[in-house]
Amino acid sequence: MPGARRAAPRRKRFYGTPPPGVSAADLKGYLIVIEGADGSGRSSQTRLLTQWLEQNGHATVNVGLRRSTLVSAELNAAKRGNVLSRTTMSLFYATDFADQLENVMIPAMRAGFVVLADRYIYTLMARDLVRGGDPEWVESLYGIAPVPDLVFLLRVSPRRLVQRNLEKNLELDFWESAMDVAISRDRFDSFMAYQKMIAREFTRMEEKYGFYPVNGNRTPTAVAATIRSRVAELVH
Amino acid sequence: MQSYRQSSQAQEAVRSGVLVAVEGLDGSGKSTQVYLLKRWLEIEGYRVFFTEWNSSVVVKKATRKGKKAQLLTPTTFSLIHCTDFADRYERQVLPLLRAGYIVLADRYIYTAFVRDAARRCDPQWVRNLYSFAVHPDITFFFRVPLETAVGRILAGRPKLKYHEAGMDLGFSTDPAESFRIFQGKIHRAYLACAREYDFEVIDGTLSIERQQQIVRQTVTKQIDLARFKRRG
Repeated sequence: MPGARRAAPRRKRFYGTPPPGVSAADLKGYLIVIEGADGSGRSSQTRLLTQWLEQNGHATVNVGLRRSTLVSAELNAAKRGNVLSRTTMSLFYATDFADQLENVMIPAMRAGFVVLADRYIYTLMARDLVRGGDPEWVESLYGIAPVPDLVFLLRVSPRRLVQRNLEKNLELDFWESAMDVAISRDRFDSFMAYQKMIAREFTRMEEKYGFYPVNGNRTPTAVAATIRSRVAELVH
Repeated sequence: MQSYRQSSQAQEAVRSGVLVAVEGLDGSGKSTQVYLLKRWLEIEGYRVFFTEWNSSVVVKKATRKGKKAQLLTPTTFSLIHCTDFADRYERQVLPLLRAGYIVLADRYIYTAFVRDAARRCDPQWVRNLYSFAVHPDITFFFRVPLETAVGRILAGRPKLKYHEAGMDLGFSTDPAESFRIFQGKIHRAYLACAREYDFEVIDGTLSIERQQQIVRQTVTKQIDLARFKRRG
């Protein structure tokens, strides 16, 4: 953009110790995260933001959960069967995250890309915590993660979520209803209860991790406008 | 002594079952010793179960793919093996311990500690990763000079596997040389672990019979075997 001043990206850091061979000083670019439940409009917002960034000349890379070359297929198979215990499932997801971290996110950040993450470690941690995981354990596990420059949290009321999920899939997903947690045999009750539990975890994390909450009970265009104006302050 | 937390479930497991692990370099003779220990306990009529460090079905495919395509970094190598361990632990080891068995493990979490340390993963991070697992009641460490262990493996195996030789670490392009350097790092990490976790160190240069005698004496002394006698 002609005439636009380019602010130096903030110095990067990690939540804990970076993976071997990685130094925070080598990381340029930006890491922007969009968090929110299924049906909160995350994917649409990721798409809209990517488009806007590219339109403004920023090279952008998308990452998300269960997209690693290494384990995504196996993770999908394990999900279908509901065969893994809690710790195993957590670690499997962490492997998927680490694979994308080291093979996609870090190289892209070194090259000065904007990395746009459709969900990040917070979803993984929240899922673990509502299932009784040890907070210290999960935090240490994800100590290998870089601290994002921005984290948007799309807040949508459980009632709107349930409606959007039904409109999209005609049924409530086994995992988004946390049927493995056995809150209730009734899928609707279970979905509502689980989404509230997750929302509570996110609220707890909001201050600690500096989330930028966005009211997701609005039209996609209105939500996108809020997100863009915040991103514009960071990425010039 | 352990600085990190263990779940109440894990602690309960320790009270009803017992866990005996064997650790040592490849070629240290630990598998022979744990086999003899198992046979002795079985023949004497104790509830005993043997488990070894190999892949669970669910995770196996991913591990194999990662190794074959050399997709693994030290971090994902560590995580995928921990996933694999967790699956076996939650599915088999913990239920057996809670059900009141003597569980014998050929390699345990310390194998990961030393191997991942040799791959330069942060030691504290790795220890925390495995903190869901109980520590064994006894860990036997079969100590042999580095050259003895390396010599046994190199003599007995025509071709070393890529990760087994630590080729991913770029110490050397010669597999045998790379293996030697990698095992040296593991050896030193084991010695540090032996002090940190109070391993029962067995001199792996003694005769098989003598080593087994010490192993059986230690087990008899430290474990109330009568609790594990099969009835009828």
